[in-house]
Amino acid sequence: MAAHRCLLRSSVLGSSPAFSAGKRGFSVLTEEPVARLSAGLSASGGSDPTPRRREARNVQWVFLGCPGVGKGTFTSRLSQLLGVPHTATGDLVREELASSGPLSNQLAEIVNQGQLVSDKIIINLLSKSLESGAAKGESGFIHDGFPRTVKQAVCEKNYGVTTNSEPFDVAIIGGGMVGLALASALSSTPFTKHLNIAIVDPNPALGGCSSYYIKNEIPGSRVSTVTPATISFLRDIGAWEHVKHQRHAFFDQMQVWDYTGLGYTRYCARDVGKEYLGCVVENKVLCNSLLLSLQEKDFKKTIIPAKLTSMTVSSRRSSSGVSSGQSNTLDKSRTNNSEETAEPMHLQSLVRLELSDGQHIYSKLVVGADGAKSRVREMAGIKTTGWDYSQSGLICTVEHTGENHCAWQRFLPSGPIALLPIGDNFSNIVWTMSSNEANRHKLMSEDDFVKAVNYALDCGYGPHPQSNFLDNYIGRLPWGSGTTSIKESFQAPPKVINVVSERMAFPLSLMHALEYSSSQFVLIGDAAHAVHPLAGQGVNLGFGDASTLTKVISEGISMGTDFADLALLKRYEKERKAANIPWMAILDGFQKAYSIDFGPINLLRAAALHGAQYIAPLKRNIVSYAMGEWNWPRFT
Amino acid sequence: MAWWIHRGLRRALVPRGLNSSSPLLRPPAASSPYFSSLQSRSQENAAPESGIGGSTSSKTASFRSSLNPTEVAKFAAIAETWWDSQGPFKPLHLMNPTRVSFIRSTLCRHFRKDPFSVRPFEGLKIIDVGCGGGILSEPLARMGATVTGIDAVEKNIKIADIHAALDPLTSSIEYHCTTAEEVVKENKKFDAVISLEVIEHVADPADFCKSLAALTVPKGATIISTINRSMRSYATAIIAAEYLLNWLPKGTHHWSRFLTPEELVLILERAGVSVQEMAGFVYNPLTGDWTLSDDTSVNFIAFGTKRNE
Repeated sequence: MAAHRCLLRSSVLGSSPAFSAGKRGFSVLTEEPVARLSAGLSASGGSDPTPRRREARNVQWVFLGCPGVGKGTFTSRLSQLLGVPHTATGDLVREELASSGPLSNQLAEIVNQGQLVSDKIIINLLSKSLESGAAKGESGFIHDGFPRTVKQAVCEKNYGVTTNSEPFDVAIIGGGMVGLALASALSSTPFTKHLNIAIVDPNPALGGCSSYYIKNEIPGSRVSTVTPATISFLRDIGAWEHVKHQRHAFFDQMQVWDYTGLGYTRYCARDVGKEYLGCVVENKVLCNSLLLSLQEKDFKKTIIPAKLTSMTVSSRRSSSGVSSGQSNTLDKSRTNNSEETAEPMHLQSLVRLELSDGQHIYSKLVVGADGAKSRVREMAGIKTTGWDYSQSGLICTVEHTGENHCAWQRFLPSGPIALLPIGDNFSNIVWTMSSNEANRHKLMSEDDFVKAVNYALDCGYGPHPQSNFLDNYIGRLPWGSGTTSIKESFQAPPKVINVVSERMAFPLSLMHALEYSSSQFVLIGDAAHAVHPLAGQGVNLGFGDASTLTKVISEGISMGTDFADLALLKRYEKERKAANIPWMAILDGFQKAYSIDFGPINLLRAAALHGAQYIAPLKRNIVSYAMGEWNWPRFT
Repeated sequence: MAWWIHRGLRRALVPRGLNSSSPLLRPPAASSPYFSSLQSRSQENAAPESGIGGSTSSKTASFRSSLNPTEVAKFAAIAETWWDSQGPFKPLHLMNPTRVSFIRSTLCRHFRKDPFSVRPFEGLKIIDVGCGGGILSEPLARMGATVTGIDAVEKNIKIADIHAALDPLTSSIEYHCTTAEEVVKENKKFDAVISLEVIEHVADPADFCKSLAALTVPKGATIISTINRSMRSYATAIIAAEYLLNWLPKGTHHWSRFLTPEELVLILERAGVSVQEMAGFVYNPLTGDWTLSDDTSVNFIAFGTKRNE
């Protein structure tokens, strides 16, 4: 480990070309420096690099060759000439044997038996000698007779040296739907597919080879409604192909009403000339499809099954530049950093992430896609605003008679209940109510629960809404043809007969991060915003974040900008806040409007529902906005 | 308006030696010690001028003409803030992606490189004259070019060096504290010579253009960007930017030193570079973005190719 560090630690100016490609230390050494030897010799004698560079130049050379070819002679003479320490592993072993060091007994045995000293010991010895050299202020080295085996050169994990010392371009913390979507999107865009990505998520399922979930299985409880805008995004990144082979359900109609029976509204995809309003897909199917789309691409990704424990940013100072003795201003943390850990210069501007399995990785940009309780957000010090709804959402899968192609939502005094089709005769229930009630419903028997659901959906709490003469009059005004759902009358939702999955309850809250990005960090998905599930928009906002972030990074790279640059990330933030905040305001507004049971307010709500049902342009705008087709409501 | 054009043209077209008497071209008096040593040096060189003739006078004039000491001092004062994208160089940072997009599209077209590749400038040698803190050099290096950056201010070069070393992709940039004329003397040639927002700070633009042209290989590219000399640019770049919005320190620009696109084309023609494309930058105050457009009345950028000799 130390050897590895020492090898990477060098001034960039002299030997930077070898490391600027960001390759692993040992493999570079075997190829480059031997070729550079002749160049190096001529360079030291011939044309002069500028004086600044000569002082700072460091040498990291390796001499390979069969015994007796002259390695030792060359190395000792060159090390004197260039003022660089030279290490010969043979000498190291002999020294260790002579001193009564901790390894000397082991070594004595091996040497006496005439065997080759093991790689592990060699590396140990080398580390020690380089460290002691570093303490004396030497830098650079010339190795004689090391590495001798491919193993040594490649420096495997067995030695505890992390092979992930190669810095990543983007580290995505959290391999859920949104994190995987970002990785998949980056792999599909021409300007970003060369990036080196790490996905850090403890879920072991991410590492294996996945296959399709069979359709006959019981559908899981956790589902998401994806809007057409999200579907086209998923199609672009190649994930929708896989979703089509697994269970999914398009729906083209939607009915919303409340318990007062004063109004209802029906939406149809044909109002805006589309075929479907959205599609309901299980979360595990989405994750699976995204993973498959990622696996089939030739893309540099590393899935690290670990949790993030801590992050340190080597703050890149914009004005007076980096330490190592060159800056005049005092920055204790930086000078200490350079003395103690002696990070190579090109790693100093990266974020160092410590993981739960003991490894550490470096990355240029860290993306927090780790959900509402995001650790990345916490560690980046980004504050949030929001409040808890004193409600919980209860979700489960139910079976009903007949097929269902419509999404039903009824607002009850305690919160809305929604019935979303998943396919065949199954639908998903999302029932919002107070936390105590949610608990009670979770624990009650299945039959009682089925009765409660039917009561909530159908006749409980209030009558069915009817349309009256005023509605028909407004509906017949010349709004323009095509909005067929105006003429549709209220329909009763399907009757639930059975609960097929376990019931789960989650507390609901609103959360919005005050900033989505700070230098070298960016948040996407639930880590940045959490909304009420009443319009099924939560994950769609997250996919929108992933899509925009990919676009912004791609534009940055096409213009040669550093993609972790704050100005670029702020552009992403500006665009997404403009899209997310209106949605959050609307959903919060709905939640508050429907949580009051008060006569005049009920009438107002009813009037709004009637308006949304019968005023065609308004209806078209609502449908388009909900489908993600545009960002601002326009009245056309 | 016509008088301004006439004066500007006269400045551009009249042979160098005669211009030293013109009030427009005499370097303004400055209190910096650098300037006074410069003056004394040029006075020494000026003595044998009449005897030796055109070449010496052109050398001394060119040494004096490319570096305007007051301008140099102005930039040295704020050197440390180059990479603070909210600091005094904020307008430059905001404008940079737009300039880079113009450079990218023109160079890709000229050198027949694939514009959809991540590193389209692989194999091209580019010099950034007046690179400052390296704001342009770094994106060019990330796009694969072998970049050399030169600037007259030592501090800028130091800052640029340090900042470039932070990213392995940009650590190959070579920065030197020198002038275009010195590099010409070293007989170095580059595929593309880029000098953005420099020519309005230079004492003799015609001479500067000759140096830039001399640095370009035949059939290579020369790109210059500057501010137009128009009523609108006075209102925008001087009054609004320096006095009202405080984007730039007062006195950064002198309106009389701006060049109109026609003048720039003329002096480049005389230097052997024929201008193929020109575009303007327009700032949208509502969104805070710069975009490329046909409107060259304030900021504009010109792309030219060196004639084959």
